[in-house]
Amino acid sequence: MLTLLAQLTIGAANLVAAFLFLFGLKRMSSPATAASGIRLAGIGMVAAVLASFLYVLNIDDSVKPYLLMNITLALLALAIGGVGAWLAGRKVAMTAMPQMVAIYNGMGGGAAGAIAAVELFGNNAHDASQLIVTLLGALIGAISMSGSVIAWAKLQGIINKPLRIKSQQIINGVVFLAAIAVAGWIVFVTLSGADPLLSIASWTYIFFAIALIFGILMTLPIGGADMPVVISIYNAFTGLAVGLEGFVLGNPALMIAGMVVGAAGLLLTLLMAKAMNRSVANVLFTNFGDIVKAKHGAMKGTERETAASDAGIEMRYASSVIIVPGYGLAAAQAQQKLYEFVKLLQAAKVSVKFAIHPVAGRMPGQMDVLLAEAGVPYDLIFQLDDINEEFATTDVVLVIGANDVVNPAARTDKSSPIFGMPILNADKAKQVYVIKRGQGKGYSGIVNALFYSPNCNMVFGDAQDVLIKMIESVRSLGKASS
Amino acid sequence: MSFDFTITGFVALYIFMLAGFAGWVIIGNVPAILHTPLMSGSNFIHGIVVVGGLYTLINASTTQEQVIGFFAVLLGAGNAAGGYAVTDRMLAMFKSSEPASKPHRSHASKKKH
Repeated sequence: MLTLLAQLTIGAANLVAAFLFLFGLKRMSSPATAASGIRLAGIGMVAAVLASFLYVLNIDDSVKPYLLMNITLALLALAIGGVGAWLAGRKVAMTAMPQMVAIYNGMGGGAAGAIAAVELFGNNAHDASQLIVTLLGALIGAISMSGSVIAWAKLQGIINKPLRIKSQQIINGVVFLAAIAVAGWIVFVTLSGADPLLSIASWTYIFFAIALIFGILMTLPIGGADMPVVISIYNAFTGLAVGLEGFVLGNPALMIAGMVVGAAGLLLTLLMAKAMNRSVANVLFTNFGDIVKAKHGAMKGTERETAASDAGIEMRYASSVIIVPGYGLAAAQAQQKLYEFVKLLQAAKVSVKFAIHPVAGRMPGQMDVLLAEAGVPYDLIFQLDDINEEFATTDVVLVIGANDVVNPAARTDKSSPIFGMPILNADKAKQVYVIKRGQGKGYSGIVNALFYSPNCNMVFGDAQDVLIKMIESVRSLGKASS
Repeated sequence: MSFDFTITGFVALYIFMLAGFAGWVIIGNVPAILHTPLMSGSNFIHGIVVVGGLYTLINASTTQEQVIGFFAVLLGAGNAAGGYAVTDRMLAMFKSSEPASKPHRSHASKKKH
């Protein structure tokens, strides 16, 4: 009776969790309700975790001698993993968010892989389909884990250069096929009872080793600029792995949550790749950046420099200003100063809007988060499709720390590697100011034609310093007139 | 498990299909401004793997299973707790320029789809 009650409670808690996950995600589709969405999902998670301790009421006799130790270990693991990650997540700077998400994602993949490992070592599968699903989940989870760690290391700056070796794709292909072959061998031997040559356990170790190596090899050659897409793919991978292991454990909450994330991650990946005008296969299998090197120095004309104070004053007397922020803004930690400047402009009745490119920042939507952190209201922030028409009728565009996303070559120059990428049409405004550290190329290493066009002036310097000067110039105007 | 939670072939495929569809449709409605919190929010949701880890660890009957199960729970708990912490932090930052009011009473109708 007690065990039945326990099972019903677990079942109900998981059902509630699955519902709250879906409902919470739904509420995340609007900035106004998003904060409550994650809290609802959090309640679901806590309920499911608490209920899973009821599993102790329904165990095999063979487990009983281990039970006390198991419970101790479980509490310990929850405490260490949970508290550690919680504290790290509370502390991390918003600019470091992409690598943080990567590492949490890798943990999820590793957990799914570990569950699969227990199933495989214990030889728990009832039939062929369960064994195949376990192996598939293990493969995907392991790739997601080691791949996420590499993605983290790249974004953190631990691995600086994309590592490319000759005939890499062939090597990767062979490694991947080896993983499949070992998995196939495990299935064959388990089902047919043939002599496995090595023990099944050894083959399982080999299988995991190859899968982990494949994750590393697959991620190493991909450049830092493409990491967001890669993290998004691994996010989908982990979801898929969790869903598959949920099937193996007979847990519908894992199946639903995992598959929802798998599909969501896939969609998000496609959206991101589209924003960069590249296919997902292109991101994964070609070496972005190599073709670019030949091109620089080919630009005619010069970059015209303007003083920060002049640019600030012109914006003060404009009627409309659009600000295009890029990662350089965040790198200079200048979001607060930028918003201070914007508030001054607004006080002078200037209409100010922010235009965000889908791949601004190191992760889609990261720029929005960084601006929100500085206190910019989300109704001032506009996405590419919503604002691109407005540039032509705007007085001044201020580009801060952004480069490739405003490069008109994407529209005009067929030989440019970014040709066809949707860009913000900043060049169509009456006047463009670009705040930039110095003369240099963007993250992708491409020369920007905008900087040489007649309606564009450069303000060189650290974004923070430049904005302080702009603020001062506008403030002193206010004093002079009063 | 003695109580009938077993999910066989086609039922599993139906669950996967419907869940996948639900994920696709729900995310399709999220504005680009929320993509980062969304990515970390969905990252949090697959942290439910910690429940699978707990099931595995509680049912462990060898030292090897205990060790691997321990790591499954450790990693799963990190995924869930960390994913929640960063998502909650990010979402708390999104404010409207309308007069500040409590988040749950703010003008939700404005950006609703």
